[in-house]
Amino acid sequence: MAEPLLRLQNITKRFPGVVANDGVSLEVYPGEVLALLGENGAGKSTLVSILYGLYRPDAGQILLEGRPVHIGSPLEALRLGIGLVPQHPMLVGRHTVAENLALGIGSPLWPARRIVPLIERIAQGYGLEVNPMARIADLSPGEKQRVEIVRALLRGAKVLILDEPTSVLTPQEAQALFRVMRELRQAGKSLIFISHKLEEVLAIADRATVLRRGRVVGSLAASEASREKLALLMVGRNVSFERKRKPAELGEVVLQVEGLEARSNRGPLALRGVSFALRAGEVLGLAGVAGNGQSELVEVLAGLRRLEGGRVLLAGQPLGPNPAQLFAQGVAHIPEDRIQMGTVPSLSVAENLALRTFHRPPLARGWLTQPAAYRALAQERIRALDIATPGPATPTRLLSGGNIQKVILARELAGSPRLVLAVHPTYGLDVGATELVHQVLLQKAQQGAAVLLVSEDLEELLALCDRIGVLYQGSLKGPFAVEELSREQLGLLMTGGNLAA
Amino acid sequence: MEEVWAALLRSVIFGTPILIAALGNLLNERAGVVNLGVEGMMAVGALAAFATAQTTGSGGLGVLAGVLAGGLFTLPHAFVAISLRANQFVSGLALAMLGLGLAGLLGKRFEGQPLLAPLPEMPFVYLGFGLAVALWAFLYLTHAGLVLRSVGENPAAADLLGIPVYRVRYWAVAAGGMFAGLAGAFLAVSYRSSWTEGMTNQLGWIAIALTIFVAWEPLRAVLGAYFFGLLYYLGFALQDSAIPSVFLQALPYALVIVVLALVAWRRRQGAAPEALGLPYERGRR
Repeated sequence: MAEPLLRLQNITKRFPGVVANDGVSLEVYPGEVLALLGENGAGKSTLVSILYGLYRPDAGQILLEGRPVHIGSPLEALRLGIGLVPQHPMLVGRHTVAENLALGIGSPLWPARRIVPLIERIAQGYGLEVNPMARIADLSPGEKQRVEIVRALLRGAKVLILDEPTSVLTPQEAQALFRVMRELRQAGKSLIFISHKLEEVLAIADRATVLRRGRVVGSLAASEASREKLALLMVGRNVSFERKRKPAELGEVVLQVEGLEARSNRGPLALRGVSFALRAGEVLGLAGVAGNGQSELVEVLAGLRRLEGGRVLLAGQPLGPNPAQLFAQGVAHIPEDRIQMGTVPSLSVAENLALRTFHRPPLARGWLTQPAAYRALAQERIRALDIATPGPATPTRLLSGGNIQKVILARELAGSPRLVLAVHPTYGLDVGATELVHQVLLQKAQQGAAVLLVSEDLEELLALCDRIGVLYQGSLKGPFAVEELSREQLGLLMTGGNLAA
Repeated sequence: MEEVWAALLRSVIFGTPILIAALGNLLNERAGVVNLGVEGMMAVGALAAFATAQTTGSGGLGVLAGVLAGGLFTLPHAFVAISLRANQFVSGLALAMLGLGLAGLLGKRFEGQPLLAPLPEMPFVYLGFGLAVALWAFLYLTHAGLVLRSVGENPAAADLLGIPVYRVRYWAVAAGGMFAGLAGAFLAVSYRSSWTEGMTNQLGWIAIALTIFVAWEPLRAVLGAYFFGLLYYLGFALQDSAIPSVFLQALPYALVIVVLALVAWRRRQGAAPEALGLPYERGRR
């Protein structure tokens, strides 16, 4: 085989208390897709940051086409031919595609207009559909990603790093991305594809290198890889891929939503007559591309957004006027933004655990709080959910994402909620924490709670739910029984298609 | 008919310092930096212009001094707001108070003197209009303008591409100060041709409000500024009418509140640069 285009040798990066990368070596050849696999915290992001000049490694070296290089900044990385397609696009939302792509390299006069032919040439060459005149804010996540790819190519990237590119895409959009990736591979580019979705890795990569706790634990050709092998390397133990949800006895209707309408923050209707019923013991999934009304629906149900039309009944009663009363009615909310909305980051673990019940005995007596009761509550919950924290008095902002989520679960699910609203509950969590969240949600359903699970992870929805509905532009399709749905059908519904009758 | 023309001309002339100061403020806000110190920079520019013009006998040198003084005087704000990443609003307010106080103190000996060689008004009117067009062309037709707008919208994205965010913001703030200094100079060496403490007469604040009112668009600022000029003109012209003059003179300021309320109500705030007022720190998103 030819000389590798990019080679990392013994890259080590330490942060206070952790070794993020411990002697990582890998190489990428021209015209190949290398998958970089690993759980959260395995060191993938650190490695990407080093390659893109955001961090400097403490030891080791990077060779580009056989020559050692120092990458001091993202601009130097770009100049050397290393392009990054970041997980969250780094684009100016209000500017056009052409303006974004001209930034930094445009001609002094009419930078945007003059770069359009270049954009079009690259777009046609690799089958990337982009409209140079479109405003970024009007684009879908997949389109923004294509803009990032064009940007890297415009600047002459030979190595393209794609950081969890499919996490924001529908299955159809992911397929389109894979087509582009194959074109790029054909053209002799090297691609580093970062993911923790095993099916995708098997579908697109030529080789996979697996990181665990900062070290390379294995590197294998796609032809010898399997889901089980990769998962074993990633997690260090066998992982079951079975469907977790067992068919359950459903109870009475807990949540009845009829013709619900609500506005988004910007004014127009975000929900246009949504109706469904949710029974005790049932897990109902809500799929959809972000921004199709999921947030608004959950906010209405959590008492955070005004209802413009229709009605919502909780066990036959109308919803209370504010989140606190809703909680008293038995609505638990595991919000989308776990750090800012789910917790008060500067308050301690004990205080965050008490946020729902601080005004009642035993946490309060009259208008005095009871510190001993806080400590007792915290110690009990920390033990029950195995929350990794130095102590009850530690501010939650110092905890990892998984442990913050455990704090929220411990607080919201402590009583016996009738309705659990869980929004992206495992987003960004590692396999261990994800398993625990799934377990807790299913356990609550078993105990008779109705669970509404909003997620963009189709695997998760298919594994946990009894029925799945799809929100598209504020209208609900379904819900459909999960046995009747495939990933592809879900993807189709999420992009506005309909199931053939 | 001729009277109407004359009235409109006076309005345009009076709108000119508002326009120039608003254009400067628009420039630094487009780069993401709020500067509430416009009033102070105008006062400092006015004094520097008057003092220079009076001592050298040259109005042109006076204008130059006003521009430079406005640009230099704003640098502490740039340092505090950009490099130290402090609260831009507090720092800008401090600049406004400092500028007014400093100009008042240093200007004592010029108080009440008539300027010996005042400049005509019309060149400033043309200059203001020309600056608006030039600023529009700069923002929308040049790469430097694209860089400035990108820094105001998403500094992190610009930084990743090697754009020197801090340097761009420093230049934008300095340029904003120079525009304000020019506006003050116009008042001192041409419009009023004298120096009195507080002669900027809250025009700096109007300029800040105008920036929001015109949704950070330089060409709209022209019309907006002339409209405020008209209101001021009416305040003077109708002094002897049945309407109490206090009421008329308060009109522009009352209108600012009305306009801002309207803008907020129609959610035109959405036009503000996304990173406006937010200090940029690398690695924090």
